[in-house]
Amino acid sequence: MDILVIHLFNALLYTSVLFLIAGGLSLIYGVMRIVNLAHGSLFALGAFVTASAVGQWFAGSTSAALYLLIPTGAFAAAAIGAALEPTLLRPFYRRPEEYQLLVTFGILMILEDVMRFIWGPYPLSATTLFEQMGSIKVGEFIYPRYNLLVITIGALAAVFLWAFIYKTRFGVVLRATSQDMRRASALGVNVNLVYIQAFTIGCFMAGLGGAIIVPGQSAVLGMGVDALVLSFIVVVIGGLGSLDGAMVGALIVGLLREFAVSTFPELELAVLYLIAAIVLLLRPAGLFGRTT
Amino acid sequence: MSTIALSAPALRRSPVRIAVWAVPIAVILAVVPWVMDSYRTIQLAYGLIFAIAGLGFNILLGYTGLLSFGHAAYFGAGAYTVAFMVKYLHVQSMELFLLGTIAATLLVTALFGYVCVRYTRIFFSILTLALSQVLWSLAFKFFWVTGGTDGLRVPTPKLLGVVAESEDKIHFLSHAYYYYVLVVFVVAVGVMWLIVHSPFGKALQAIRDNETRARFVGIRIRRYRFVAFLVSGVFTGIAGALWVPLNGLVTPDALVWTFSGEIVFMSVLGGFRNFTGPIVGAVVYNYLKDFAVGFTVYWQSLMGVVLVVLVLTLPTGIVGTAKLLVATARRRRSQ
Repeated sequence: MDILVIHLFNALLYTSVLFLIAGGLSLIYGVMRIVNLAHGSLFALGAFVTASAVGQWFAGSTSAALYLLIPTGAFAAAAIGAALEPTLLRPFYRRPEEYQLLVTFGILMILEDVMRFIWGPYPLSATTLFEQMGSIKVGEFIYPRYNLLVITIGALAAVFLWAFIYKTRFGVVLRATSQDMRRASALGVNVNLVYIQAFTIGCFMAGLGGAIIVPGQSAVLGMGVDALVLSFIVVVIGGLGSLDGAMVGALIVGLLREFAVSTFPELELAVLYLIAAIVLLLRPAGLFGRTT
Repeated sequence: MSTIALSAPALRRSPVRIAVWAVPIAVILAVVPWVMDSYRTIQLAYGLIFAIAGLGFNILLGYTGLLSFGHAAYFGAGAYTVAFMVKYLHVQSMELFLLGTIAATLLVTALFGYVCVRYTRIFFSILTLALSQVLWSLAFKFFWVTGGTDGLRVPTPKLLGVVAESEDKIHFLSHAYYYYVLVVFVVAVGVMWLIVHSPFGKALQAIRDNETRARFVGIRIRRYRFVAFLVSGVFTGIAGALWVPLNGLVTPDALVWTFSGEIVFMSVLGGFRNFTGPIVGAVVYNYLKDFAVGFTVYWQSLMGVVLVVLVLTLPTGIVGTAKLLVATARRRRSQ
């Protein structure tokens, strides 16, 4: 019974991080119809920046200061996103999708090497916060408290994002632009600005995902590419462009992966893809997707 | 509409005019081992192999309008088929390798294609990418079968039943094996030329240009896309099979999706709206990458910059741009 609770916590931990990455990917696709192949690299960048901020640059600070430093990775990813959108992505909105995928693939290649250049080929960890928080007892097992914090942050991020998109004025503008960019533009919405904001929020979420996991596990090269592929499964299951879908997809992938890893680890990815394939055959646009 | 205008001159092109281009290029390719050093010859062999993969890839992107981001799966399937045939069946003959690869990639592409061709546009790309990662993860995780990240070694194969003894490996690869690759390449180009200029190829282009109209004409869209997917996968698989003996080793890197991205890169570099684009793109890409790798350890970012600049400034690729320049020059002369 207790082992089930541990598995559930692990699944939720994974769900939180996956939701942050896939939610950002889906938000960007929903608003600007671009699949950002460099999205995973922004997640990795968030992890690396937070790892060096907490583990190296300000390693001697008080622990309260260190907690406040966790989001630095998210802000770094957001800043890069805000710089990329107007310069490299904007020329491609009117061009065929092949070019959009290719330009983001080019950005991915560049970002991966930039990270290799700055942080070198070795894993980077910042475990002080993780160790400091200690762990709680679940029956006869112990579970790290920090992981529970990650789950809480993931849940809070989901709630904030939902409120932001469905309850604020900016959210209305964002949804209007997503549904009909031309009409929104005709009604006076500054579409370029909305695009920058949406892309920045998406990148912020990816960076936050990387930032919050880094005290628990190391930042390694290649983590971004893995995360991108997993978030593809999430959006394929949930429906590309839908935040509810990203939430449900992340939950399904989180639970299934935990189940697969603990029972037959070799088939971990294969099981996930199998589920994605079944969902697609039954519901072509994903569980929450719009059929357009 | 413009795409129809682009493909129209190809119809009127006579065999003589093709020969004017093709024969000198074939002669140049044939004398390469005698004028270039073995390193460059082997690089060219890599280029020709990737060109076969690019040709296969382009029947989907250029002719059917489907962008696959998972072609490493078929390349890797071909490569691993050869490695498995060596390890478990103790086969040495290159011809058997090619036959085995065709069978194996047909199986894989039929399985993947069944799911993928239900979708178009971005969903097709994501699905092909995701499915290719399944193969990658299997090759990675079942290390007792595939050797994991250590990969599987593949020794020098027998070509046409002849064992290459007493020669050193470099000489074998840059001469006998180079010619073998060249012959397969020429056959592949010929077959692909026939396919894309057949009624089947025309139907694919009709689907690409206007799906609804193509359906009205009575083309069974999904079946045509499926067959195009099979052809595409088999060509790429053959490229993978030819690549293994040259590389001597196959690792899961041959299956990883960023390698699929490189195949896309090659085709766009050459220009995917042209038959010859992926061929030129693959050979140029291979030399470019070789140069970048020798120039800096951060070659990947260099290639990334090339890719971004390429899609920003030369979206029609090398061949497309060259054709445009020639056409402009001709018009100016006739005025």
